[in-house]
Amino acid sequence: MGISVRNVTKAFGSFVALHDVSLEVPAGELVALLGPSGSGKTSLLRIIAGLDPADTGVILFGGEDATRRDVRERRVGFVFQHYALFRHMTVFENVAFGLRVRSRAERLSEREIGQRVNELLKLVQLDWLGDRYPSQLSGGQRQRVALARALAVEPKVLLLDEPFGSLDAKVRQELRRWLRRLHDEIHLTGVFVTHDQEEALEVADRVVVMNHGRLEQVGTPEEVFEHPATPFVMNFLGNVNIFHGRVESGKAHLGPISVDYPEHPDAESRPAAGYTRPHEVDLARDESAGGGLWATVRGLNAAGAVVKLELDSQQGVIQVEMARDRYEGLHPQLGERLYVRPQKVRVFVAD
Amino acid sequence: MRWLLKRPSVLPGFGLSLGFTLFYLCLIVLLPLSALVLKTATQGWQPFWNTVTAPRVLASYRLSFGASMVGAVLNGIFGLVVAWVLVRYRFPGRRLVDSLVDLPFALPTAVAGIALTAIYAPNGWLGKPLGALGVKVAFEPLGVVVALTFIGLPFVVRTLEPVIEALDPEVEEASASLGASRWQTFGRVILPALLPAWLTGLALAFARALGEYGSVVFISGNMPMKTEIAPLAIMTKLEQYDYAGATAIAVVMLSASFVLLWVINLLQSWSARRGARI
Amino acid sequence: MQSASQLARRAKTVRPVTEPPFVRVALTLLAVAFLAFFLIVPLAAVFVQAFEKGVGAYLAAIREPDAWAAIRLTLLTAAISVPLNVVFGLAAAWAVAKFEFRGKNLLATLIDLPFAVSPVVAGLVFVLLFGRRGFLGPWLMAHDIRIIFAVPGVVLATLFVTFPFVARELIPLMQAAGTEDEEAARSLGASGWQIFSRVTLPAAKWGLLYGVILCNARAMGEFGAVSVVSGHIRGLTNTLPLHVEILYNEYSFQAAFAVASLLSFLAFGTLIAKSWVEWRSREPERVRDGLR
Repeated sequence: MGISVRNVTKAFGSFVALHDVSLEVPAGELVALLGPSGSGKTSLLRIIAGLDPADTGVILFGGEDATRRDVRERRVGFVFQHYALFRHMTVFENVAFGLRVRSRAERLSEREIGQRVNELLKLVQLDWLGDRYPSQLSGGQRQRVALARALAVEPKVLLLDEPFGSLDAKVRQELRRWLRRLHDEIHLTGVFVTHDQEEALEVADRVVVMNHGRLEQVGTPEEVFEHPATPFVMNFLGNVNIFHGRVESGKAHLGPISVDYPEHPDAESRPAAGYTRPHEVDLARDESAGGGLWATVRGLNAAGAVVKLELDSQQGVIQVEMARDRYEGLHPQLGERLYVRPQKVRVFVAD
Repeated sequence: MRWLLKRPSVLPGFGLSLGFTLFYLCLIVLLPLSALVLKTATQGWQPFWNTVTAPRVLASYRLSFGASMVGAVLNGIFGLVVAWVLVRYRFPGRRLVDSLVDLPFALPTAVAGIALTAIYAPNGWLGKPLGALGVKVAFEPLGVVVALTFIGLPFVVRTLEPVIEALDPEVEEASASLGASRWQTFGRVILPALLPAWLTGLALAFARALGEYGSVVFISGNMPMKTEIAPLAIMTKLEQYDYAGATAIAVVMLSASFVLLWVINLLQSWSARRGARI
Repeated sequence: MQSASQLARRAKTVRPVTEPPFVRVALTLLAVAFLAFFLIVPLAAVFVQAFEKGVGAYLAAIREPDAWAAIRLTLLTAAISVPLNVVFGLAAAWAVAKFEFRGKNLLATLIDLPFAVSPVVAGLVFVLLFGRRGFLGPWLMAHDIRIIFAVPGVVLATLFVTFPFVARELIPLMQAAGTEDEEAARSLGASGWQIFSRVTLPAAKWGLLYGVILCNARAMGEFGAVSVVSGHIRGLTNTLPLHVEILYNEYSFQAAFAVASLLSFLAFGTLIAKSWVEWRSREPERVRDGLR
């Protein structure tokens, strides 16, 4: 079941969390709401769930207007950032909760409830922990219980609020992959909120980048990473090197570097900046290839699969990442002057 | 005193502060209480047993314990409502009402005693209409219950308030998102979380009511076998210079208090463990 | 660290996931009715009865010499009990909160003891010790020292009953504050008294004030324990609460309520002082949450 968000605005007193936001979540897709703190992503998720009301706008579930519906009626599975497990109930009772509070007409027999709960616990690989209390589980285990509990009521939509935020790095990675595999298995429409761009790019079918209550860009992980629509998106999704300059007559002049920029054919000169990722920069010992600038190596970190360098130039600090074999071939030294050649520059004009 | 320390400390003044504390404690509390124990010990078992099992004394225990329990339960029910309303809702005058809850702590018991009597006496503001309905409050066990409810009022409210404040809103939202109605959420999720604190408040109200004297002696009428509370039984024996008798009754009450104190301590640690954030 | 939207959400007090409006209204009315019934009505009764015969009779009851003697004794008792218990409270809190020692839990429980004891029992134990037929009675009579049925007895009984108040407020407060600040002061060369007066006390000042307010209210209002030891000697060993009792028992209702109204003013003062201290002690929290 797909979700449509149309023209939603939300303010808390004088703080505007969402400005006229519209978004389509196609059925069966896993969508990430990505952005820094205060970008409005959690507010949007909670409005979709019905936990907070929108000031204006509509929410449609499968084409039906759900805006007036109470959270109880929306049949969403919501997984909270801090799990919100019922402390005084066992894992089994937590997962069974949604099934047990149903009206008599809809309720399953205890035996059927037991079967369903055990199936779900097996799905999340916690079937051996049914009798434990949340306080006896690790963070990763609690998260999976919260997920099982949300899935028990067979929701049309799964909503997750920073699901892996409070976990260790290693556990986070495992659970990320596990969530992706789970989604591939059950094909539930899902929306999750995260501030971790690596997580969004790795897990989601579609990424929605948000900033200050507005959508910056919506696209597949590859689209937003390779073809960022705005400087914010580019900056947020990874490290960048910025070269300041101007555009005029179809060309961008960024210090000693010049690139074609047909989007601005006018002769009128406008300020602009060129953005390059650290791995899209090559280093050389001479300037025969052209299109670059000289810089001095000020920092070198060779520990890891990727070697990181920091160089000082007249355009500021430049960060470079290069593969190990390239590093071993070039063998740059601290203090050495090298020619920096950006391979790919995205130009954004100031407006 | 240093040898008592489990961990060495750079802070000075341990010996002095602990020494003074123990000295003062012994002087004001332990020594006097030991007089009680001593007196009982020198009495012999038979006289002790005779005193505490006399019909009049037994009736006074029944009244004290019974009325205290009823009062505590009343406070438990209404205290929960009051605490919930004060923490969760906003209405004009809320802060004033909140301070008012402490009145039974701040008001001298004698004042409460005569005020309650004036109201519930047969010709009083409430005593008259209630009397017309056939309900007699003053000079009846019911009056004792009313007084003890007054005295225990703040305990349940004040014990519950911080716990209600600390309730995680996400847990209630989770329950709603899973399809539970507000009543179901309250019964299955909120109340179990409040249980330890609620029981603690109840036990505190009960303990307070058990030993209460000032607010009860006026409204009860002090009729032996009917409305004589245990503390008054002690008073009466003292006035007759029957120190031994007074002590015997007091020891029984004290033992009950100690048991209660122990139970309250257990409840409070249960409450603290439950409250630990996971 | 909370985001701006999280803080903004908290500042908003209405949550969608709550009881329906009519339930909220009903519960609020129920709560207010309960409190009005049990608290406000009795309080109103005190003042109505006190002024039943007009302002003149009210003032006469208060100006009466026995009433004045009662006021003086009440004030004296409080003036002795409160400071002594403050000193004790500070010493006990310092020992319990800043050090780890064997028997600490036992000590804390012993400090709470007077709370568990009925006021009448509290009075009884002093009679057992110092009364005419008490353990020390003969010795006291021989030296012409009167404790029971005299002012010292009243003070002692009050000391017993108000014993834990200040300590109970200070101990959790000082425990929560930990020992780091004091250790830092020590490392900078401060002496014990300097640490106490410059570091510990300022941090605990609101808790101390709160304890003093409660201790004072109980010291002035104590009835049961004092009733046992005082002997009800008019003009000599009657505190205000005892004076109220005497007036009531001889059917001088209006006078009894007039004196009771003084104690009610004390109660109001106590409640106001409590609220003020609570409000002031929460200031730092509110600044931190950015709600100022």
